[in-house]
Amino acid sequence: MNEPLPTAMEHGLQSCHGCGLLSQPAPGAKEGRCPRCDEELVYRKPDSLQRTMAYLIGAAVCYIPANLLPVMQTITAKGSESDTIMQGVVLLWSPTGWPLSLIVLFASVMIPSAKILALLYLVITVKRGSIQNNGQRVRLYRMVEIIGRWSMVDVFVDTFTVALIQLQPLMSVVPGPGLLFFAAVVVLTMMAVESFDPRLIWDSASAKKSKKVQHA
Amino acid sequence: MPTPNHHPDCNRPLADDTLVACLECDLLQRIPEVPPGASVRCLRCDMELWRHKPDTLNRTLALTLAALVLYIIANSVPMLGLTAVGHQAFTTVVGGAQQLWHDGQKLVAGLVFFAAVVAPALQIGFLLLILAGCSRERPPFWVGLFLRNLHFTRTWSMIEVMLLGVLVALTKIADYAHVILGTALFSLFGLVVLLAAIQSSFDPREVWKRIEWAESEVRRKVVKSTRPEVVP
Repeated sequence: MNEPLPTAMEHGLQSCHGCGLLSQPAPGAKEGRCPRCDEELVYRKPDSLQRTMAYLIGAAVCYIPANLLPVMQTITAKGSESDTIMQGVVLLWSPTGWPLSLIVLFASVMIPSAKILALLYLVITVKRGSIQNNGQRVRLYRMVEIIGRWSMVDVFVDTFTVALIQLQPLMSVVPGPGLLFFAAVVVLTMMAVESFDPRLIWDSASAKKSKKVQHA
Repeated sequence: MPTPNHHPDCNRPLADDTLVACLECDLLQRIPEVPPGASVRCLRCDMELWRHKPDTLNRTLALTLAALVLYIIANSVPMLGLTAVGHQAFTTVVGGAQQLWHDGQKLVAGLVFFAAVVAPALQIGFLLLILAGCSRERPPFWVGLFLRNLHFTRTWSMIEVMLLGVLVALTKIADYAHVILGTALFSLFGLVVLLAAIQSSFDPREVWKRIEWAESEVRRKVVKSTRPEVVP
């Protein structure tokens, strides 16, 4: 969309993320507090792109051990056996269990990687000042925000499997070292989503517009 | 036009209070009055700016009280059990986190405990405090403190994700042992439904409209702290 649409920042107004009130900073002040709910106000989330990138790099690094290291270890009288996330997916695959197997595959393997790639795409396009597909990009952001929490599912699967199967000395299950990395991926990607400011997607269009006005 | 009463730190409110900016694209626009049930969406990015939810405070209070009861049940009775070769074992929601803690995964145990127990408790507790404050004609300033942190508790409260996880774990375990479903599991199902219903009946804008402004609180504090200097 290229029509000149007025934004709050262009008019020197700040909206509050806590309560939604639109207000004007005191004369001379750059940022202040919300007069209604006392939240600190800024035009845009501070260092949004850098922070998002930092969380994303952290998540990408943890993603590797999360998938390679075992998340669960089954100890029986015969010996012990370790399962990574993918092995868990394969184990669940059966004539009756395949829908759940697919859910775990989506939630644990595909969603975290798709989330990292999607946010990376958003950060790069914003950095390059793209003004294309703004509507689609903001929809992508919202999808990542809504779906992201479901990748926690594997952490809960492992938690309750471990909690229930404590039939010593016959059989017991203990958590593996991969679980910590996997949980870290989920938390870091959620924090990356929180620190990204979707308003930046629309700012490039406003910046280009005002440049055009200056040139004219 | 600055009024002498303003605290230097506070922003000035606009004279036209129907003007808002979309929180996801910053577009300036006005929110019109719409009939109950209808929603107002951003002209540019289609975000829902407001949904007119009828009788919001009463309905949310009823749902939240019901959620509180189910939450207490869900966390005080066993959720799952199994019997295998003469053994019988039970676990609660907290028990899951406890076992992880014992097995050395303390950080993950903390995360599970927070997402499954603490965050939902905060969510229900914050809502009850907000609604209690709203029984006054002019809800006091601290109501806003809870209201603006409600989003955080919603983000990290993951009961619905936990239920899916439990379902998957059950399918896995069913191969080895006979599984018993506990009362807590059914309470959690109910709780997920109630939390979704709360989400669609609670209208924070209605509370914000009535709330006492923080600015007046700041002003009161300033007056209080300067009084001793003025008296002598």
